[in-house]
Amino acid sequence: MARRSAPEVNAGSMADIAFLLLIFFLVTTTIETDSGISRKLPPPQEENIEPPILKQKNIFVVELNKNNDLLVEEVPMELKDLREAAIKFLDNGGGQGVEACTFCQGVKDPSSSDNPTKAVISLRNNRETNYSAYIAVQNELVAAYTTLRNREANRLFGKSFVQMEKELKDVNYSGNKESLKEDIKKVQLMFPEKLSEAEPKK
Amino acid sequence: MSKFKKKKSGDLPAISTASLPDIVFMLLFFFMVATVMRQNTLMIENKLPSADQIEKLDKKDLVMYIYAGKPSSRYRASAGSEARIQLNDKFADVSEVKAFILAERASKREELVPFLTTALKVDGETNMGLVGDIKKELRDIQALKINYTTRTGSAMDNLN
Repeated sequence: MARRSAPEVNAGSMADIAFLLLIFFLVTTTIETDSGISRKLPPPQEENIEPPILKQKNIFVVELNKNNDLLVEEVPMELKDLREAAIKFLDNGGGQGVEACTFCQGVKDPSSSDNPTKAVISLRNNRETNYSAYIAVQNELVAAYTTLRNREANRLFGKSFVQMEKELKDVNYSGNKESLKEDIKKVQLMFPEKLSEAEPKK
Repeated sequence: MSKFKKKKSGDLPAISTASLPDIVFMLLFFFMVATVMRQNTLMIENKLPSADQIEKLDKKDLVMYIYAGKPSSRYRASAGSEARIQLNDKFADVSEVKAFILAERASKREELVPFLTTALKVDGETNMGLVGDIKKELRDIQALKINYTTRTGSAMDNLN
């Protein structure tokens, strides 16, 4: 019995399939962009300017020594507890009268910060500190601010701060961008990022 | 009966290669789109630390890159094993950062200058002393917007 030869496959539509795939990949691939922690450096200071006087209780000292050990208010701490500690400090709201914080949910400890707008986190590091340890600490401190901002944004505007910032960048956002900007500013003012960095010690 | 007497050979017909160019072009386009061009050849080790509180650096033309880290093994003989700064394609000293930023600024349109960001791509093993020196130079020259470029991941990984 003679075997029948297979009929030739019609390759006319192969190009269409190829283009379909091409367009699929074109649409779904995103060019990798760099990402990282954005920070703003303080402007250069004039020599003879006096540093503003801050109450000791409004300063949260975070120190990284040359062995990459974390010291918070001169007490050793694990990195994983830093975020919680920073939130507790910022959200304390122990102030009275004009300095009282109306939205803080902290324990109102009089020996900790008065108001988030007064609270300063001071980050000190040694010249020998590893960069990755420094980034880890930065990350946790930024996370503390973001957590608190998210909480307040959720309470006031019904969406997280991160979501609001995302919407501000979104070209297709349907709402009013001006008022969104105002709202973001409001939340930022409630918890201003006051992160001071001392010159590294020798 | 000749109706049924076609070719009796059993070998398969050749597969049409007419669409091969299409496939090749498809692959070509795909790689063209997905490839990120490296502006600089890295002469240093650059294992970025990881973080999760990150922002994207969108506008590529508004970013200036400063690399730092230990020279990679190929350059170790000439550049030593201490962490160095790399600007463009060569090793640089801390004092050259200012000139680099000024040159970058000069190459951009004037109205874009305030939006310029400096991305610090620093190896995780680098000491903060070097980073502090870079930051001091940047402050002096009013390049205040910086971005510590990181990988996406948990910050806890950095301590091991």
